Amino acid sequence: MATLDSKTPEGSISEKWTNHKNKINLVNPANKRSIDVIVVGTGLAGGSAAATLAELGYNVKAFCFQDSPRRAHSIAAQGGINAAKNYQGDGDSTHRLFYDTVKGGDYRSRESNVYRLAEVSANIIDQCVAQGVPFAREYGGLLDNRSFGGVLVSRTFYAKGQTGQQLLLGAYSAMNRQIGRGKIKMYNRHEMLDIVVVDGKARGIIARNLITGEIERHSAHAVVLGTGGYGNVFYLSTNAMGSNVTAAWKAHKRGAYFANPCYTQIHPTCIPVSGDHQSKLTLMSESLRNDGRIWVPAKLEDAKAIREGKLKPTELKEEDRDYYLERRYPSFGNLVPRDVASRAAKERCDAGFGVNKTGEAVYLDFAAAIERYGRVEARVRHLDENDAQLVKKLGTEVVANKYGNLFQMYEKIVDQNPYETPMMIYPAVHYTMGGIWVDYNLMTTIEGCYAIGEANFSDHGANRLGASALMQGLADGYFVLPYTIGNYLANDIRTGKIATDLPEFEDAEKNVRSQIEHFMNNMGGKTVDHFHKRLGKIMWDKVGMARNAQGLNEAITEIAALRDEFYKDVRVPGTADGLNQELEKAMRVADFLELGELFAKDALHRNESCGGHFREEYQTEDGEALRDDENFAYVAAWEYKGKPSEAVLHKEELEFENIKLVTRSYK
Amino acid sequence: SGFLKSTIARKFAMALSGLFLVIFLAQHFFINFTSVFSAETFNELSHFMGTNPVVQYVAQPILIFGVIFHFVMGFVLEIKNRNARNISYAKFSGGANSTWMSRNMIWSGLVVLAFLALHFYDFWIPEMVHKYVESHPEDATRYYAETVEKFHDPIRTWAYVISFVFLAMHLLHGFQSSFQSIGFNNIYSRGLKAFTVAFAILIPLGFIFIALYHHLNQ
Amino acid sequence: MNLTLKIWRQKDANHKGKIVNYKISDISPDMSFLDMLDMLNEQLNNKGEEPVSFDHDCREGICGSCSLQINGEPHGPDRMITTCQLHMRTFKDGDTIYIEPFRAKAFPVIKDLVVDRSSFDRIQHAGGFISVNTSGNTIDANAIPVNKHDADKAFDAATCIGCGACVAACKNASAMLFVSAKVSQFALLPQGKVEATDRVLNMVRQMDEEGFGNCSNTGACEIECPKGISLENIARMNREYMSASLKG
Ligand SMILES: Cc1cc2nc3c(=O)[nH]c(=O)nc-3n(C[C@H](O)[C@H](O)[C@H](O)COP(=O)(O)OP(=O)(O)OC[C@H]3O[C@@H](n4cnc5c(N)ncnc54)[C@H](O)[C@@H]3O)c2cc1C
Ligand code: HEM
Ligand code: HEM
Ligand code: SF4
Ligand code: F3S
Ligand code: FES
Repeated sequence: MATLDSKTPEGSISEKWTNHKNKINLVNPANKRSIDVIVVGTGLAGGSAAATLAELGYNVKAFCFQDSPRRAHSIAAQGGINAAKNYQGDGDSTHRLFYDTVKGGDYRSRESNVYRLAEVSANIIDQCVAQGVPFAREYGGLLDNRSFGGVLVSRTFYAKGQTGQQLLLGAYSAMNRQIGRGKIKMYNRHEMLDIVVVDGKARGIIARNLITGEIERHSAHAVVLGTGGYGNVFYLSTNAMGSNVTAAWKAHKRGAYFANPCYTQIHPTCIPVSGDHQSKLTLMSESLRNDGRIWVPAKLEDAKAIREGKLKPTELKEEDRDYYLERRYPSFGNLVPRDVASRAAKERCDAGFGVNKTGEAVYLDFAAAIERYGRVEARVRHLDENDAQLVKKLGTEVVANKYGNLFQMYEKIVDQNPYETPMMIYPAVHYTMGGIWVDYNLMTTIEGCYAIGEANFSDHGANRLGASALMQGLADGYFVLPYTIGNYLANDIRTGKIATDLPEFEDAEKNVRSQIEHFMNNMGGKTVDHFHKRLGKIMWDKVGMARNAQGLNEAITEIAALRDEFYKDVRVPGTADGLNQELEKAMRVADFLELGELFAKDALHRNESCGGHFREEYQTEDGEALRDDENFAYVAAWEYKGKPSEAVLHKEELEFENIKLVTRSYK
Repeated sequence: SGFLKSTIARKFAMALSGLFLVIFLAQHFFINFTSVFSAETFNELSHFMGTNPVVQYVAQPILIFGVIFHFVMGFVLEIKNRNARNISYAKFSGGANSTWMSRNMIWSGLVVLAFLALHFYDFWIPEMVHKYVESHPEDATRYYAETVEKFHDPIRTWAYVISFVFLAMHLLHGFQSSFQSIGFNNIYSRGLKAFTVAFAILIPLGFIFIALYHHLNQ
Repeated sequence: MNLTLKIWRQKDANHKGKIVNYKISDISPDMSFLDMLDMLNEQLNNKGEEPVSFDHDCREGICGSCSLQINGEPHGPDRMITTCQLHMRTFKDGDTIYIEPFRAKAFPVIKDLVVDRSSFDRIQHAGGFISVNTSGNTIDANAIPVNKHDADKAFDAATCIGCGACVAACKNASAMLFVSAKVSQFALLPQGKVEATDRVLNMVRQMDEEGFGNCSNTGACEIECPKGISLENIARMNREYMSASLKG
């Protein structure tokens, strides 16, 4: 097992980034004009990087599979973005944001990267405001903040429930400016299907034009991947339907190590699965846990009656309800971190207390909040606070004011009125902390190939805090990568255009073509979705919220077998020389089927529980995660060796010089 | 001009011409309405309008130009709009999200155009001929009789009445729409809309009344 | 529920398309509209027919990918939602549902129900931005206070998801609501005022070049817009445009 060099600069943590920027090589403006950079992905990370690189003078080619950069999955982020601005004067600082992020990540992230993230965070807000991002404001005209789970300060900037949208549109507008100037050439509806490595350096990609089906070669002096997370390996997740691992996985197969694939965040408050035909899960913002109380029936027979529709939740008396989070974690109650809340819900449902038809849902109840707010309101208005009807009406108004749009969204999907009957929620896959391994410069183990945003593994350790992914994506794209990539490209100023007729391009294109041909000619008996669903089920049952060695071993064999079956029996209708959405899916699922196996292998090797990774064998007596800092305080970076099962582990030891490792407790 | 190439500028001009016609219409209504209760007043006013040089040589050309500009621009925009959707929907539920009037301005406009043709034939051309081609001695009292005489014919009267209904529909959408076109949409728009609706119904109704009154009074 | 679907099928941009009828049964009212189409596709696929192509991604009403004209209305008969948020309980057993692509000359069909909306992107390239460098050397965010009323209005305009329903609903296939939303967002913010004149002129020029129709204020767009973008924005753009034209 080799060790990895993170290339972390010398110096005290607060000076590393400044020192590094002062020392690295720069490319002079005239030379930048002769350098091409490919950016795959136009989410917050890719979009901001493409815009900034173009502005610096590089020729940028940007790719996304949607019909417009504006539709990247970042658009869906709801809650907000963190930044250590300390506008509220509540004691926030770069150090505190750094500390919260490392702790929230359960001490499995690289200190130097996280510090840098905290350091540039404030700049993001300045940048976005200058671009016209309409963040929420107070009456005085200044920016407003809200607070999020796991921290003690208000540092989250937001734009109602559409923060991701507004930030992405900001990055998109910056891109548009450069597209208009001809500095970015945008390739919409293009899917990257391989990366081309020439003499150990990333020199281009193979992409399929999704409209014409053409396989295209694109060359550049460096390739940046901002292709998002791989939560869809579970089939059902809160990710967009098109989110995939293909770009990252293809890079992995060409030499980029894949780090910590098993770190996945399962979000506790999502709308439960309603039936077999469901394709997508919907997130209900974390903020709901501020006022909602989570419970299941205390008696099994009540739970059963509810499932059969014979009993209504509102008919259950207080003493027959089990507010299990409040019971287990009296000090944090309903506001424990995401991983803890999710596992607790699963535990209750597995024990038979689930409340929907499938038994996989718990209640998120606002009755108490409505009553509490109603009483306060009645008192304020000098009305009769014992008039239950009135209190309910007033309380409902208050709750509607805070969460109205979420309640409405819930009602649209579930067709139940959450003001009258408790919401049903269940955990769902939401975010992947793992990803392509990168060094301090965000370069992968392929020279000249960079990974940014959710696609890399870097800043969130084993668990991500709310509102930090947006921060990371923009930090990487606007402020980090544009500097660090110069250091590498400085050596390329005399290289000249990279030819696309090199044998490496030829070879990569051939690979892609033969895979496509295989699918088109296979004429098997089952659809792509059929396999994707089965993969998802294995992942969810055995590599999901709670894992154990036996299940993981089974998963590894089952996924490998499923992969074989997939190649033998999948059917892709239509032709390859035009828009073919089934073919697109097939290409993506093929990679998920490989990633899934590595995912399970990583989970199996990590004999500890940390953050989003929970191994049943490693828990305290009362069921809490048991970390093993002695043996597992490292990043597991996997090298591809022909098959997922043969992947080789490389370790990057994590050193904590500025933060002491302690056990997280929410009791 | 280059300026009138943009859709917004064209629409702006359309709105101004429309508003101008609305003002003319109001004026025209009040003069004609006098014919219902006082032949003298009507004659006086008509005589003034018919002989005043400012009205004859400034206002009238502007009005004629306004009418022509308005319907020509209406056609130009309509053609552009039709071209903007080259394949039509198999099913289009326009009624679910907009009024019939707003979607059929071209048809209501065409009916009004046809009316204007008839109307010019009835009044304006004879008037012009009377004044500028043949020379008659000045007669300040001829207007009333000439006007009333036209409503003898029930077919013409009905044609007028039906046209006025279409005029009402044209104005029901057009009058309020012109404010949006010139960028006026604010807290006063609600009140203004009520006014435009009232205008669009009452003025054509008034015209209908005039036509029927003279028809039935004979 | 059992339904009859009348779906526009078109091989690609160069072929003519037509409406094809499909029967589908056992639809649960809790399914989303796109789940229903997924089910149809699964059935077609199993029968060896080619599935119906349609755009979609987030399936929660924010990415703006989904774009179907359902029974003559963009995003279907419900209000303030996108197609992916439409649920089958809106329909009744035995209903016939027309499913067509968003139609406009500026949105040519790529295949089946998938259309090319890159004309929207090109309008944004022409001016949908504030010319500020992204390298981070800007002033502190709170150095530019923005009146809350304007900030809220700018936000409302900024929530447009670029779906194109406004164009699809408009009898003139006019893109005024979409363009005006962006123009308004920036016109309302101090950061955006600097370039306001050029922005509106350039964006409107591009809009016209793309072949969108002219607005005749029918208001259909506002009603069908899943984000409730207001007609006020169109009026604001008309104002901005005329004053920009007069300035030269
Ligand atoms: C419902 C939801 C809510 C969230 N809320 C928050 C929040 O409140 N705060 C927060 O901080 N984070 C939140 N997150 C997480 C956050 O949104 C994401 O982690 C982040 O936006 C990822 O950005 P990205 O730029 O890395 O990737 P993405 O935005 O996913 O972009 C990926 C890009 O890559 C392109 N791409 C992918 N594969 C290919 C390929 N093969 N070829 C070509 N192009 C490709 C895509 O077209 C796309 O442009 C939320 C996530 C979800 C799912
Ligand atoms: C001569 C025959 C006429 C025709 C063919 C005609 C046609 C049209 C058309 C097609 C429009 C819609 C244009 C658009 O919204 O893009 C329109 C608008 C309008 N018309 Fe007419 N019209 C005629 C006469 C009149 C008359 C006589 C009046 C007034 C008395 C009038 C008042 C208006 C107004 C106010 C508008 C609204 C302008 C706007 O929305 O900005 N029109 N007309
Ligand atoms: C009962 C209803 C009406 C009567 C009795 C009437 C009568 C007249 C008369 C007598 C004239 C000739 C006056 C002159 O040239 O000085 C005239 C002209 C005209 N009328 Fe009417 N009119 C009626 C309705 C309308 C309506 C509804 C419209 C518009 C939609 C209209 C538009 C015009 C125009 C444009 C002229 C020419 C004006 C000019 O060039 O001076 N009229 N009308
Ligand atoms: S204005 Fe509304 S309908 Fe038009 S693109 Fe934007 S969100 Fe869609
Ligand atoms: S529907 Fe069309 S006509 Fe104008 S008001 Fe909307 S763009
Ligand atoms: S799929 Fe994203 S808005 Fe419908």
